[in-house]
Amino acid sequence: MTEASTNEALTISGLDCFYGEVQVLYGLDLVLNKGEVLCLFGRNGAGKTTTLKAIMGLVPSRAGSVRLDGKELTGLPAHEVPKAGVAYVPQGRRLFAEMTVAENIEIGLMTRGKGKAVRENVLDLFPLLRQRLRQRSGTLSGGEQQMLAMARALCLEPQVLLLDEPTEGLMPSMIAKIRETVVKLRELGVSTILVEQRVDAVLSVADRVCFIENGRNRETVDVEQLRADPSAVRRYVGVG
Amino acid sequence: MAGRPEGGASRILLCLTMHFGPHLLLAALEGLVTSAVLALTALGLSLVFGVMRVVNVAHGEFFMLGAVLTWAISTAIPGHPTVGFLAALVIAPLIVGAIALVAERLVLRRLNYNPEATIVATIGMLYIIQQLALSFYGPEARPVEPPFSYRILLPWFGYSGYKLSIIAASALLLVLTWLVLTHTKIGLIMRATQYDSETAQAFGIPVDRVYAGVFSLGAMLAAVAAVLIVPISQAHYLMGQDPLLLSFIVVIIGGLGSLRGTVVAAVLIGLSDGIISVFFSPTLAKIIATLLVAMVLVFRPQGLFGTASR
Repeated sequence: MTEASTNEALTISGLDCFYGEVQVLYGLDLVLNKGEVLCLFGRNGAGKTTTLKAIMGLVPSRAGSVRLDGKELTGLPAHEVPKAGVAYVPQGRRLFAEMTVAENIEIGLMTRGKGKAVRENVLDLFPLLRQRLRQRSGTLSGGEQQMLAMARALCLEPQVLLLDEPTEGLMPSMIAKIRETVVKLRELGVSTILVEQRVDAVLSVADRVCFIENGRNRETVDVEQLRADPSAVRRYVGVG
Repeated sequence: MAGRPEGGASRILLCLTMHFGPHLLLAALEGLVTSAVLALTALGLSLVFGVMRVVNVAHGEFFMLGAVLTWAISTAIPGHPTVGFLAALVIAPLIVGAIALVAERLVLRRLNYNPEATIVATIGMLYIIQQLALSFYGPEARPVEPPFSYRILLPWFGYSGYKLSIIAASALLLVLTWLVLTHTKIGLIMRATQYDSETAQAFGIPVDRVYAGVFSLGAMLAAVAAVLIVPISQAHYLMGQDPLLLSFIVVIIGGLGSLRGTVVAAVLIGLSDGIISVFFSPTLAKIIATLLVAMVLVFRPQGLFGTASR
């Protein structure tokens, strides 16, 4: 292993993905460094969510590779990917809505056989959930559901966390809280890929930004560079 | 709907006060035996559909296999009928579960659990299993001796202790299934797969292995039900049809994937079948059950205890 690759938490190269016969990702390349928040930014249908699903093995890839700290993930069955240390917070949260908060957390813990200590750490991160353990998760508010979805994923103690639009449809105070959590996780050394549509959210938490367009990673820039010159945002998304 | 026959029944009650009570009790007991067997069979069908979204048309054939195997095992094992029956109670469901597992791996998995394709495939399985049973077991209906023939003497009539034990055994198995579903890791994994199989995979749940297990478990529940009923109804290669139809009725009324709904609907259908058959005619009982299904489908398509949408 080379010196450069040891700093890479997750490396995607030349990834081709299809939904049936429709190609969605065209040789996508992407590097997530250890301990950084990498933001995928782009229009609807650009391939951001598909990229995350491809990492999780939920969308099969026809070519290319996904490596987690040097370990190849592409050949693995979907249920082995989380066990390798990638946790996924899907778009729309996708909680097991009929189950209680505690049961959702239990499923997270079971993934990599984590125990009470991890459960306590996760609940300390989201103290609100502690009071709701026996409540059916479908009856939580949107913000609480997002917290539970993140808590469930963090029960894996993942090296890499995939967050798909975690602030979608939440009120501003909740958005702030979710952002705080992402920053806190970075301090704890979790490497995060964040899919976002909101420019302000990107600028406030991301270290680097990938502009995804038509299933390709067009450009990866440092967030300082983007703050100084936001023209790229306009170019790829047409807003900002 | 239940009001009308009850109204009729109460009029009979006025006329026949002397005989009605015992008659009703007898009919209710017979109905409960039907309910007990039906609840187990329907629960198997409901689990398979709930978790895998597969409509298993061959479910009744797993029931039939359970009965036929009970005959085979109990005649193969010499000595007291209890020994043979108890052996069948353990071995027959295991064999049926293994057959279902093979069918799942060979057929359903290769169809990617596609809802339409699996209906056609399980229809095919129905005929294959039925014809195999005809070839190897034959067209005769064969009796199996009950494990014990103790009669419980009520003031009005004696009643088969074995039939009452069917009700108890079924209740025990239903409670056991409920405990597994709600209080164990296996149950948690099954429910997670049922609610959202994609997200379940993202949390390390091997969904296709869960499917295999659930399909096998569903078949085993049908087989256990058949083992229990065969000492009072005989084993025959076509006996899977009625349980299949009644299971669908129960599952539609109770709501797919709802254990509570399945049990309530099974008791409702079993009891009304027993009582109406005794006082009126078995045909009327079937008519009313079918009418009930139509009503549920029109006014509450998700079933009495089903959730509206997931």
